[in-house]
Amino acid sequence: MAKHTLSVLVEDKPGVLARISALFSRRGFNIESLAVGPTEHPEISRMTIVVNVESSPLEQVTKQLNKLVEVIKIVELDPSSSVTRELVLVKVAATADNRGEVLDVVQLFRAKVIDVSSDAITMQVVGNVDKIADFLRVLEPFGIRELVQSGMVAIGRGARSISERGKPVAVPVPPAANA
Amino acid sequence: MTEQQGSGETVTGAQSLVRSLEAAGVTDIFGIPGGAILPAYDPLMDSSIRHILVRHEQGAGHAAQGYASASGRVGVCMATSGPGATNLVTPLADAHMDSVPMVAITGQVGAALIGTDAFQEADIRGITMPITKHNFLVTDPAEIPVRIAEAFHIASTGRPGPVLVDVTKSALQASTTFDWPAEISLPGYRPVSRPHAKQIREAARLLLESRKPVLYVGGGTIRSRASKELRTLAELTGIPVVTTLMARGAFPDSHPQHLGMPGMHGTVAAVAALQKSDLIISLGARFDDRVTGNLDSFAPGARIIHADIDPAEIGKNRFTDVPIVGDIREVLVDLITTMRTEADAGNTGDYEGWVAFCAGVKKTYALGYEKPADGGLAPQYVIERLGAISGPGTIYTAGVGQHQMWAAQFVSYETPNTWINSGGLGTMGFAVPGAMGAKVAMPDQTVWAVDGDGCFQMTNQELATCAINNIPIKVAIINNESLGMVRQWQTLFYNSRYSNTDLHSKRIPDFVKLAEAYGCVGLACESPDDVDATIRKAMEINDVPVVVDFRVHRDAMVWPMVAAGTSNDEIKYARDLAPQFDEDDL
Repeated sequence: MAKHTLSVLVEDKPGVLARISALFSRRGFNIESLAVGPTEHPEISRMTIVVNVESSPLEQVTKQLNKLVEVIKIVELDPSSSVTRELVLVKVAATADNRGEVLDVVQLFRAKVIDVSSDAITMQVVGNVDKIADFLRVLEPFGIRELVQSGMVAIGRGARSISERGKPVAVPVPPAANA
Repeated sequence: MTEQQGSGETVTGAQSLVRSLEAAGVTDIFGIPGGAILPAYDPLMDSSIRHILVRHEQGAGHAAQGYASASGRVGVCMATSGPGATNLVTPLADAHMDSVPMVAITGQVGAALIGTDAFQEADIRGITMPITKHNFLVTDPAEIPVRIAEAFHIASTGRPGPVLVDVTKSALQASTTFDWPAEISLPGYRPVSRPHAKQIREAARLLLESRKPVLYVGGGTIRSRASKELRTLAELTGIPVVTTLMARGAFPDSHPQHLGMPGMHGTVAAVAALQKSDLIISLGARFDDRVTGNLDSFAPGARIIHADIDPAEIGKNRFTDVPIVGDIREVLVDLITTMRTEADAGNTGDYEGWVAFCAGVKKTYALGYEKPADGGLAPQYVIERLGAISGPGTIYTAGVGQHQMWAAQFVSYETPNTWINSGGLGTMGFAVPGAMGAKVAMPDQTVWAVDGDGCFQMTNQELATCAINNIPIKVAIINNESLGMVRQWQTLFYNSRYSNTDLHSKRIPDFVKLAEAYGCVGLACESPDDVDATIRKAMEINDVPVVVDFRVHRDAMVWPMVAAGTSNDEIKYARDLAPQFDEDDL
């Protein structure tokens, strides 16, 4: 099995997320991560879906996704020519005694403190999967109180854009309507 | 570009819906009113559209399927919210599996009530997402014309399929304007119908190279109306043809190149041809498990050319050497052109030995059946005579089970759209409402529903609809007083322990009386000597529906058979009898 990152452009319409997630579960695929949000076109949303499958079932799921009327485009991002990022918010136990050590970690990982209380620090860090894993491993000994992670988002390197807009098609008028 | 119709006239949402259906070319709707869809039924009274009031929404859905399959036009059904809509689930799933162009209109509770578990509320859009090609929930009355236009476009183009439009009662009641759109925008929906020239050339190369090719014809050939082109290619090349359950009629059964139906209950010749071929040309077929048997041992020596309008079908089950995405008719037209050019240049395939082998198997292992020793009625005989007496042009629908297989085997289909059944989903009870829809679409053609006694009891209430609305279908009940196919499996695989397959249908109900109670003519027949006369009598009655109770021998089995999950090499043409192929002939 191998991880694949799919960028899926969809029409921003109600129920699209349900359609896509249902398709994955119906065809027996597990979604490892899914992130969705608006794009530069107000009517188009972009999903970044990470799946762990062999390449031949991946081709099948991609084709099935493409059949969904509201799916505009699917691109598999090649890890070597794309950038991936996740966001983590993490709350760690930290008192006045060890707050300094935690702040060292923050600096090391170019994380950010977003909230401090007498016995905890809440931080945010942005990075790829490996950086996030390392960050959490280092924080582990302090005692992670709460953790929330975004899905992965990804974009291709270089000037090319995957977004495009379709042209409207004329409605074929059935013979009866012409009469 | 067309001129806009309606030009912004103020109407109710319900009026807009009916006007939209008219603009989409709808002439017939099968349905049942109820609370949430009620506003739409009022303007329907003044419409040119014929609404046929059915007795169960499932009947409306299957009727829409039969209508679409017989005529090629989009079938339309209508139901209210909640149970009305959920009763359409089976026909929608059926139409989705068999690629039937169909639009279902359902009422939904008022927009303000959605999500409150209101009376007769069901999330039919959510429920039908995996069993429709697409579906819509309309809460804004201004959207109605566009959604209807989109629904008909999606249902009828590309790989056809069912589309559901769920309209809230509040949208139907609100005031709006009616504008039939001149164009629609579906940026994610761009079906490809033109095949790629390079793939056609590659396919032609394989065709010329191969020594044992077979044209594996599926339902897509019927949906793309490609029978004429199929025949041209077949006759141009001399390649043997097999037609799947969904493609019966796509190629004439009487044609010498036709080897019959492949699959679990296919002919030995059709199964053997696929199994031993070196090149399978799949035309709108999908390598279904009922055709391939055990996939790993299916046609081990064959390369595959797979043509389909749906790219997701290509390579789904079987590795494809030459994928061709496109409409089957266009694929065939291009293949014909290329093969003609090759033939003019003196390049033709050498299939002589193969054609002789296939013809030999076809002759040796022709379809047949044993007459019951006790002089009782053989179901196959009934169906054989039905086909012979009714003649070409007759439309046959079927339920699911033994009678369906016999109807696929023992009627000779010469033209497309004359065999209509539930292939993929296998919906028992399809025959009667399916026949009703077919007859409404093609009133001048004789329509026979070949049904089982089990199937018939699932949907026979539509006989009332047929009798009242002057839809004179004919029903042949192949009454073996059992769930026959299940019983056959119990005979073969469960030591003849007949758990819950005995329906006692020769005792209860009395099908003749039932038919009469529904205003139909009821006939019965239990001797081979009376079969022809009974069928002729049924053929003479054209003002009311006719139901014939053919009381047949209950132990008849469907042969040939490839047991589920086994290899096609294990085909038996009768119980414990395997065909012997002389491989030297190849």
